[in-house]
Amino acid sequence: MERNSQLHRQVALMRQSLFDQGYLDEQFVQLEELQDDANPNFVEEVVTLYYRDSARLIASIEQALDKSPLDFNKLDSYMHQFKGSSSSIGGRKVKAECAQFREYCRAGNGEG
Amino acid sequence: VTALVVDDNKVSQMIHHQLLNVLGIVNHVVGNGKEAVEIHSSGKKFDLVLMDRDMPVMNGIEATKKLRDMGVKSTIAGVSSHSLSEERQEFIEAGLDDYHEKPLTIAKLVSVVSKIKYKA
Repeated sequence: MERNSQLHRQVALMRQSLFDQGYLDEQFVQLEELQDDANPNFVEEVVTLYYRDSARLIASIEQALDKSPLDFNKLDSYMHQFKGSSSSIGGRKVKAECAQFREYCRAGNGEG
Repeated sequence: VTALVVDDNKVSQMIHHQLLNVLGIVNHVVGNGKEAVEIHSSGKKFDLVLMDRDMPVMNGIEATKKLRDMGVKSTIAGVSSHSLSEERQEFIEAGLDDYHEKPLTIAKLVSVVSKIKYKA
């Protein structure tokens, strides 16, 4: 039981650190509030789906970045999806990076 | 109260579905505007439609216009990540009853539900 409470404390500290470092925002707390007895693993399920979806998007983005010339419209569309998902789960830093990426797309800035 | 979630993003679908579940609202999920129109054509009715703006095949603006043309009187709440006022206006003018920026929260959804006028 001692080990269990230790693990709980470690998880709580890691969770808080993600908020403190700006990786997560209040939207993540919203997800935690949606977890209930009928859906006890909701947060885990959403985050798992997010990772799977993001991995697929990132693979598409990498493929698109390999093409020449760059198709900025396609890249912008992928980033719109990625930003949307990240924002929905409270992924603050990822969302900000996506926004920056989209600015570069709009400016046709391949170097960025 | 019954609702239809219209969104192509799987993460959004899961979150909106659970948001409605938690409020005790029976809901169905579809992946684009065309599917939303088709489910209404099949005779199904919903008190509330949560309509995403950007979707493949048929987007939220077109789908909202089509549903209104079909005579659908349900409360349609547009949900979008676009913050430009012109884009918002275009979506609202398609026939929305309400509009919220993503991400949806419990508070935003409670506000939407309080505006449901027509019971399907």
